[in-house]
Amino acid sequence: MSGILKTSIARKFAMALSGLFLVLFLAQHFTINFTSVVSPDTFNEISHFMGTNFLVQAILQPVLIFGVVFHFIMGFVLEIKNNKARVVKYKNYNGGANAPWVSRNMIISGAVVLAFLGLHFYDFWIHEMQVKYLQGDMSGLNAAGEFRYYEETVAKFAGQPVRLGIYVLSFVFLMLHLLHGFASSFQTVGFNNKYSKGLKVFTKAFAIVIPLGFAFIAIFHYINNL
Amino acid sequence: MKLKLNIWRQEDANAKGQFESYDLDGIDGDMSFLEMLDVLNNNLVEQGVEPVEFDHDCREGICGMCSLQINGEPHGPDRRVTTCQLHMRKFKDGDTITIEPFRAKAFPVIKDLVVDRSAFDRIQHAGGYISVNTSGNTQDANSIPIEKENADMAFNAATCIGCGACVAACKNASAMLFTSAKVSQYALLPQGEIEATERVLNMVEQMDKEGFGNCTNTGACEIECPKGISLENIARLNREYLSASFKG
Repeated sequence: MSGILKTSIARKFAMALSGLFLVLFLAQHFTINFTSVVSPDTFNEISHFMGTNFLVQAILQPVLIFGVVFHFIMGFVLEIKNNKARVVKYKNYNGGANAPWVSRNMIISGAVVLAFLGLHFYDFWIHEMQVKYLQGDMSGLNAAGEFRYYEETVAKFAGQPVRLGIYVLSFVFLMLHLLHGFASSFQTVGFNNKYSKGLKVFTKAFAIVIPLGFAFIAIFHYINNL
Repeated sequence: MKLKLNIWRQEDANAKGQFESYDLDGIDGDMSFLEMLDVLNNNLVEQGVEPVEFDHDCREGICGMCSLQINGEPHGPDRRVTTCQLHMRKFKDGDTITIEPFRAKAFPVIKDLVVDRSAFDRIQHAGGYISVNTSGNTQDANSIPIEKENADMAFNAATCIGCGACVAACKNASAMLFTSAKVSQYALLPQGEIEATERVLNMVEQMDKEGFGNCTNTGACEIECPKGISLENIARLNREYLSASFKG
């Protein structure tokens, strides 16, 4: 194990594992968010559980934050190292002839998703931290004594076309990032066999369905409150 | 066929290079790309101009010596061919062709279009071999039964000619396809088992030392490889490396 974290393959392996972890998180996040479309009460119940459960808050949340930070920092580290591997650039580089745009521009799609996360944290996470840990209100209730999660979520999109536009655009870039990144992570951890074709179909479907699903939820709440 | 060539000219490794334009006439579609450059050089010599330096040897797609980034692609626009097998019929009369050396920090330019690809040799020296008893009692390799599928995959990996197109095509100048082919051709055979752990660790370490970039699985290397070396080899290299890391 001594040298495993010092080499290019080790860094890529760590990048792939953190990416796969974030994909799992995305699936879980989407599932919970989707309940806001079909059942506000269920959304409130799950949100309260996730927001107050000790295991989720004290263990899973820090692990998730570490995973996000690690993935982005390692992404930029790899990009810098890769740029240094070709000091003199080609005058004529026809990258589109042999590789799709999404695979050659992960740093762009990743940077957009990172910028989006800043807004998303500002919108939801920082507010939650303030209410729960600075104000000490773990009840999850509003002034009327009802769960506040659904109304707070809807309020972010109702009558907010600019925010909606930013969210939808960010989900498009998330889709572009996943279209290459999800399948690529399996290749990096050494999975390339007779099942890879089927796996690739699944990863592409996931990369399209989940971000579009997130966009649908945001659009739904916007339209539902016109 | 009339052509306009934009060719990278560089006096030596330390000089600052630049593109020079040359007009060329009378090129036949059946000529190879290197024969077209031969015609250009004949013209240049007749004009008293220093001919363009470029690598070549067998001129039949075996040796891996020819290189060249042609209109943005290593070995040009054709697939599964080296530059020496690329025919001028792939271009049109009046075309402008940009010819650059393979670009990578690990492949420094020596002169004009010639680059130093000895980084590949050093990766190979780090572990791309097997120990064979040469005392006179050497066992015939064919006497060891090998599963057909593995034998085929090992053979395919061994067809890598080390031309460097994978590095040239990769946006990160990664040498993973080359290294993975050299690791795979032994990893798949019983003869390669003895040094398997050390081989992959040492070859990857050398690959990193040479300054190649990281693989981001764009697949450009596989597309541009004149021998069609598969990305499966990179996945195998990753498996071999992780397994060896835990053993070592």
